Order: sequence, then structure tokens, then C-alpha cells
Amino acid sequence: MIVANEKPLAEVFGYIKNYRRVLILGCGECVTVCHVGGEKEVAILAQALRLKALNEAKEIEFLENTVRRQCENEFVDPILAKLDGIDAILSLACGVGVNHIADRHGTIPVFPGVNTVFFGTCEEHGVWAERCAGCGTCILHLTGGICPVARCAKSILNGPCGGTKDGKCEISTPEHPVDCAWYLIVERMKRLGTLDHLSEIIPPKDWSSARDGGPRRRVREDLRLAKIEKVK
Amino acid sequence: MKSGSNLEKVLLAGHFAVTAELGPPMSASGDEVKRKMEILRGSADAYNITDCQTAVVRLSSIASAIMLVQGGMEPVMQMTTRDRNRIAIQADILGAAAFGIKNCLCIAGDHQKFGAAGKLKGHPHAKNVYDVDSIQLVAILKKMRDEGRQEGGDPIEHPPKLFIGAAWTPMGDPMEFRVVRLAKKVAAGADFIQTQGIYDVKLFAEIMKKVRNLGLHEKTAILAGIIVPKNAGMLRYMNTSVAGVRVPEELIARFPKAAKKDDPPSVKKEIAAKTRETALAITVELIEQCREIEGVRGVHIQAIEAEEMVPEIVKRAGLLLRPKVA
Repeated sequence: MIVANEKPLAEVFGYIKNYRRVLILGCGECVTVCHVGGEKEVAILAQALRLKALNEAKEIEFLENTVRRQCENEFVDPILAKLDGIDAILSLACGVGVNHIADRHGTIPVFPGVNTVFFGTCEEHGVWAERCAGCGTCILHLTGGICPVARCAKSILNGPCGGTKDGKCEISTPEHPVDCAWYLIVERMKRLGTLDHLSEIIPPKDWSSARDGGPRRRVREDLRLAKIEKVK
Repeated sequence: MKSGSNLEKVLLAGHFAVTAELGPPMSASGDEVKRKMEILRGSADAYNITDCQTAVVRLSSIASAIMLVQGGMEPVMQMTTRDRNRIAIQADILGAAAFGIKNCLCIAGDHQKFGAAGKLKGHPHAKNVYDVDSIQLVAILKKMRDEGRQEGGDPIEHPPKLFIGAAWTPMGDPMEFRVVRLAKKVAAGADFIQTQGIYDVKLFAEIMKKVRNLGLHEKTAILAGIIVPKNAGMLRYMNTSVAGVRVPEELIARFPKAAKKDDPPSVKKEIAAKTRETALAITVELIEQCREIEGVRGVHIQAIEAEEMVPEIVKRAGLLLRPKVA
């Protein structure tokens, strides 16, 4: 899932304090699962902002809504079609949702209510951790299913570097422990009996499939509506 | 001859090589580089210039290395992959070669969060690069030199003549994989290896057996890393906090206890003198012990911010008369 963090209340309030009617818009997918931008968090943030507005003597009306997915027209367009009197949107979706609204609506400002941080997993209740960097050229078949691009602080493809200590990364601290991805890879491949595969040098990566190649877009011609119409 | 560097010639002639580290200052003081050059001059076959070590901004390794070349000393320019992508790396390599720099040590570099292990502010908020890793960097330099090709494939009309180095942490976790990683560096094209600081010579000798079994010591020149231990506190710190460094307790115990605040100056002076003598003695022993290990073809001495100790160490180790190889 896409994992996000709350933004500080004062910061969020700063974005919208000069608007009169603000829609706080949640999303029913990833940010709901990671407890930062679903229906519940929309309600909590709305209450907190109402109190903050009272304290700051600002007259702001906060409306609440949560759509199934803020990254799809199908769910977002109906909301954008009836924004009566709304003069700003505070989106609690990931950055994709905020962008989606900005792309679809020409005149109403939209603000991010969360900081989007990574693609990750829920390690345990209340703990999420990065697992994929979305680099566009997956090499997990070479590394025992553990990603060095996302999980090594240096994205090293022929690790581990000299900074590993007791299975931890050189940036690890007692407060913020970070596993050495390459330690995990070596240990896992040992268990799988495939450690000898790591003797092969992985050549420099083609980063053009990652963000480095520019914004990415995927087109499936066979699924495009125009095409489907034609077939009919 | 791959590069014609002095270090390469010394190793080719079968001499026990000595390299020493020169850390550039955190300022624009070329005079400070020159000061350290004069301290070290004559003590080693080549001098490693660190590249923003511990992720702290310092006078650049390439500029410092040029100063050495112009001053008649041979640098080993260290290059991290932390701060440059493959375009900047290759451009800097061509530039360095144009200035007569012939040795390059390929390393990943400390992560920017490292910031001098918290002793300085550093730049923990910087964006890192890590377009390639240290092994890929070795392969890129080899391709530039031997094939006359850039990493992307474009031809290089005048390829850089390089003696390519890599670092090795024999006692890093997971230890059983470290020899494999060395083999990868050698396969990528590392002509010489400088190791992480060795204090546990017995363990290092055991690991070197595995290295010899794979014949790696014949394909690359391994220089044992010697980090001059300044005092017991430094050794203790390195033992607990520096990855891949293991310090036997008996070495730490040889240092005198640190002076107390209210000790009289004469006592403080005496302790300081004993501490320095112990540091020199331990360093010389480490060099001699590493020298006895088959497959170790030199030492790389790092006296971090204590370069003035190097000539004395090299002299006591009987290595001061550096070979002149044509």
C-alpha cells in the first residue's frame, strides 16, 4: 500500500485558514488502511480544525467526505461536480489523490493533508515499512525477494557495503533501527540454498524506468475506451 | 602496465607497498593540504585522498589529488558513488587523468546521515545519488581504461590510464559473504584492495586463507588497512561502533588510563607520552604481523587527523626507504 504520515495541525491550518468553506476529502484505500486519511481521520481532523479555527477566531466551515478511491475519475468526478460554495479542498489522500484533483478541477485549490512517504507493508499493528521503490525494473528474482533498491540506504545492487554491523545499516540508531537489506538478502539466500547466485555482479541499473527517466505513464491500447468502441 | 602509477610499479616489482591517508581540510586552505603533504612526503608510495569522508564537506579529493601531483607526490584519489552519478564520475575521472592522477579507489562512501558519526552537523538532509555501487564503479573504470568506452558505450579517444582500487571489509557482517564480495570486486577489475582497519590479525589471517584458496591474492594486490590507534577510548569506540572493525581487548588494555582533569601537568604529560608510544608500538606490530600473512602485499596507513605520526611509524616498521621503481 501507499503509506502516509499526518502533517502537523498548525501546518495544515496554515494552508486553509483564509478560506471560508473547506472540504476535507478522505480516500477509502491505502490511507484508510494506514490510518491517516480515511473517513475516521477526516472526522478527527475536521474537529481539530474547527477547534483551531475557534481559537484563532476564524470563521471556517469544514465539510467532510470520503471517496472510495481519490485516484480515479469514476469516484472523484461526482464529488467535483457538486462543490457548491466550496472554496478549498484539503485532501487526505496520498499525493496521487491531490494531483488527481488538481488535474481534474481548474479553479478550486487543493491542499495536501498528509505527507506521502512510501510503498510499504504493515509489519505489525501500527508499524509500516518501505518495501518497494517503484523503480520500474524489478530485480527481486536476483535478491531472494528482498529489494535492495528500496531497503538499502544506498540502493546498492552488489552489497552489503562495509557499513553493516550486527545486521543493521550504518544509518541505524537504537531509536530508529534499520535492518541492512543486504544482510537480509544474504541470510535469506543462504536459507534458500541460492547464495551462490550472489557471486554474479549485477551491472549498473537502467534507471530510465524509474523517476529518473521522467514522469511515467502506462498505456494499454487494448483497454482504451476509443479502441473498445471501435471494436464494437 | 595498466597505469604506470608508482603504486602499480612498486607492486609489480614485488615490493611491500605502503600507502598513507591524507584527509583534506573542511576549508579552502590549499596550504593545509600542502602542510600535510610535507609531513607525509617520502613515507609512502602513494597517498589516499579521502572524498568527503564520513559525509562531511571537505576540500574535494580531485582538487587535493591535483595538488599532490603538482607537488611531486602520487595520490590515490578516492571516489564515492554517494555524490555523483555515472556522468559526473566519468567526467571527473577524465579530468583527474588529464592532471596525471593514476590511482583511483572506488567506494560507496558513508551515507549522508552518517555526518561524522554525529560529531559534526554534516548534511543529513542531502539527497544522495548512488546511481552505481562501488563494484559497478570498478567495472566502469575498467571499461573506460581497457575498452576505451564510456559506461554508456560511447568511445573514449584517449582512455584514462588507471590503477583501480577497491575497499574491503573482511570482518564486516555477514562475515562468510565478505570473501565472495572481495571476489566480485576482483572480477569487476580491482587491481588493488585496501582493507578496513585490521586489529584482530589472527582473524584476518584466517580470512586470508580463504582468499588464497580462491587465488584472489594473485589477481589483486591486497593492502592491509592500519588505522593508527590514538588511545584506548578510540579503540573502544571503533570496536563497538565502527562496522567491520574488531579490536581484541588485550590491545585496548595496553594503553595507559586516560589522564584525569585534576592530574598535575607533569602526570598528564607522562600519560600523553606513554599513550603515544603505545600507539606507535601497536601500529608497528600490526604492520609487521600483517606483513607476515601470505597474500598481503602492502599496508594502507590511516592516521586520522594525526598524519605527523606516519613517518615515525613507517620508519620503525623498517619501511621508510621507499623503493624507487622506474
